[in-house]
Amino acid sequence: MKRKLGDWWALLRPGDVLVVLAGLMVCGLAVRSLWQGGVPDGAVVRAGGRVVAEVDLGRERLIEVPGPLGVTVIEIQPGRARVASDPGPRQYCVRQGWLTQAGAVAICAPNEVSLSLTGRSANYDSLNY
Amino acid sequence: MTPSTIELTPTPEDRRIARHAAAAIVLTVAEAAIPLPLPGVKPGLANIVTLVVLARWGWREAVWVSLLRVLAGSLLLGQFLAPGFFLSLSGAVASLLVLGIAVRLPKRWFGPVSQSILAAFAHIGAQLVVARLWLVPHDGVFYLLPVFALAAVVFGLVNGLIAARLLRELEARSSKGGAGATGEDVEK
Repeated sequence: MKRKLGDWWALLRPGDVLVVLAGLMVCGLAVRSLWQGGVPDGAVVRAGGRVVAEVDLGRERLIEVPGPLGVTVIEIQPGRARVASDPGPRQYCVRQGWLTQAGAVAICAPNEVSLSLTGRSANYDSLNY
Repeated sequence: MTPSTIELTPTPEDRRIARHAAAAIVLTVAEAAIPLPLPGVKPGLANIVTLVVLARWGWREAVWVSLLRVLAGSLLLGQFLAPGFFLSLSGAVASLLVLGIAVRLPKRWFGPVSQSILAAFAHIGAQLVVARLWLVPHDGVFYLLPVFALAAVVFGLVNGLIAARLLRELEARSSKGGAGATGEDVEK
């Protein structure tokens, strides 16, 4: 057991190092693709119970949704979405801020508008604050 | 006592296979005594023997040693024909197929460590497929893939290094001891 670490290192051939690195890369990819529950990939906007917009979270945009009280503005950014403004009296859905997890929902009840995030592997069916 | 009418004469090759398989079985049984955090994550020390046999005596003998080890090891551990046995068998078969290809890689670049890691990945791959199709018909089994993949890299590396080391010492010994010593090398 007096052997040095370098002695073991000498047993590795150049290709072996590559195989080890490739193996670690497979681990990394597996973690990224299998253990990333909860990352949202899309948003669904409903008004009066009907889906008015289904968008992906790839690029920024503003969606204006008309309701009984006025216009609710939904803001989409890469990886997140929020209700930017709403004519409702208590502003609960606006104050919820940015939604970042799949399954998260913001509901503007007075104006009958809701925003929910969807994802391939949601950790929660529905998430509210 | 009537003398047996069937005469089996083991060839030197048979003896060699039996000896290597015995060494592999010892490692399998010893390994079963090691407590492990997750079912399915094992060092697979017996594969060191498979790697050594592969390098010194070729793929055909490695197949014999590996399959005998799976069979006898499961008998000794009371696992024969239990789910664990089929998982071992599928893993062993997949590893052997990959080893058959990996052994053809240029020797200057790829040594036992590469073979060991590639075989380990084949092993977990086949086991996960069998587990998914038969034992746990749910995609949840793939949730553990990252753990198994990491184990494959780590244990593949360790086993490969030990095999490479053994091979180096066996070669040094057989070149020192002359031609007669080649068949008589001892494992461990």
